[in-house]
Amino acid sequence: MRIPCPLCGTRDRREFYYYGSEDYLKRPTDQGTVEDLDNHLFLRDNPAGVTRDVWYHETGCGAWMVVTRNTITHEVLGSELVAKKKEA
Amino acid sequence: MRYSGLKVITEGLFGNKGWGPAWRNPAPKAEYDAIIIGGGGHGLATAYYLAKNHGLTNIAVLEKGYLGGGNIGRNTTIVRANYYMPGNSEFYSHSLKLWEGLEAELNYNVMHSQRGQLILAHSDGQRDTLARRGNAMINQGDDAELWNLDQVKDFAPYLDFAQTRFPIYGGLMHKRGGTARHDAVAWGYARGADRRGVDLIQNCEVTGIDIVNGVVQGVQTTRGAIRAKKVGMVVAGRSSQVAAMAGMRLPIESHVLQAFVTEGLKPIIDSVISFGMGHFYISQSDKGGLVFGGDLDFYASYAARGNLPMVEHVMEAAMTLMPMIGRAKVLRSWGGIMDMTPDGSPIIDKTPVDGLFVDAGWNYGGFKAAPASGWCMAHLMATGDSHEVARRFRLDRFRTGHVMDEEATGSQHNLH
Repeated sequence: MRIPCPLCGTRDRREFYYYGSEDYLKRPTDQGTVEDLDNHLFLRDNPAGVTRDVWYHETGCGAWMVVTRNTITHEVLGSELVAKKKEA
Repeated sequence: MRYSGLKVITEGLFGNKGWGPAWRNPAPKAEYDAIIIGGGGHGLATAYYLAKNHGLTNIAVLEKGYLGGGNIGRNTTIVRANYYMPGNSEFYSHSLKLWEGLEAELNYNVMHSQRGQLILAHSDGQRDTLARRGNAMINQGDDAELWNLDQVKDFAPYLDFAQTRFPIYGGLMHKRGGTARHDAVAWGYARGADRRGVDLIQNCEVTGIDIVNGVVQGVQTTRGAIRAKKVGMVVAGRSSQVAAMAGMRLPIESHVLQAFVTEGLKPIIDSVISFGMGHFYISQSDKGGLVFGGDLDFYASYAARGNLPMVEHVMEAAMTLMPMIGRAKVLRSWGGIMDMTPDGSPIIDKTPVDGLFVDAGWNYGGFKAAPASGWCMAHLMATGDSHEVARRFRLDRFRTGHVMDEEATGSQHNLH
């Protein structure tokens, strides 16, 4: 599997560290409930098909990115920087 | 029909014409007392023990493909009870005891072979950890022996003792550990359940779970609606999809775990051997193939095949541990879809829906757990209470903080 880094271009999967579902980016506010935290940290849709998850370009530029890919075919559909997503 | 040595001989004399099918192929009824979704090892064991231990025989197992076509047929067949944590250790201990009586119980040859499992230590710290784990196993009532380097050398002279990167310090021997024939376990439980009146319904995919006011009413399937007051989801590998039909999100992420088998060789490895410095474990099947596996590919996947970096890692570990296998040709490799929970421990529990139960999250350890998983899931479905050896396998343990991180790597999805 090769993953497109928005900064470095398409690179080998081994350069990246897998962090997990995009749910990790949806941090509850300090008004949030225990259920919100449970959804943020543990409960997952875990789709068989297109998913969005967070990867870290560990041995490359060090960027965090959200990768859109298919969990059944391993097809990678795109990626965007977490930093950009947060600005938007 | 009861299987026996005499039966094999008499059938052999008369052209093997008397063997009937091992189980019926019934059409689904409109209603059952209980439905088990999933005809794998755990689902079939659940059905068997519901019938045997709890007298519930008006039940059905619904399987979308064929019986035993999932992870029960795609694993490395290791059976052991060498867990450390309270909650896990008594459960796997119970499972191993069930394994030891399984063939007599089911009148079926599951080829359970207690050939021993040796875990190697490669540092002082690792040896101390194994000593601690061994003590916990002995306290649990199971067996463990801490072996020094000479004992390991006598037992497995083919390991690479000369290399300096990962020197072997000794190991922990679990003599009651071993292997079994993977699909035979599913078939044995299927036949046992069928003989007690359980309907095993294949090619019957559940497409919906009917819930009214928080109470389960039955399921929708590709072969029509079936009513039941109790429904058990025993579908590790697809747990998230089935739970989604009940509007639930589970603490599970699916990962692929690869395994490999070589061409058939003469007997060389007569136990299970686990490398301590890389996730690698190996045994030799009765056919002669070396069966071995490694770690997860470490990203969410439903592709029943792995990625090449992990293939390379597993082969490197194999060559580091026992260079002699470098000449063996790998015949096949495959991937199983693991229900990974954040802490690497399973779930056998009620759900927020009344009458709906879940048995999931078997991570990389579901094969050896099949008998006890069925035993405890049956107990839960029949009595409404968790069995005492599965009491900590709670669905809500991440929210409440009662995690069971056997590996001690952290309770986070990408770490198990």
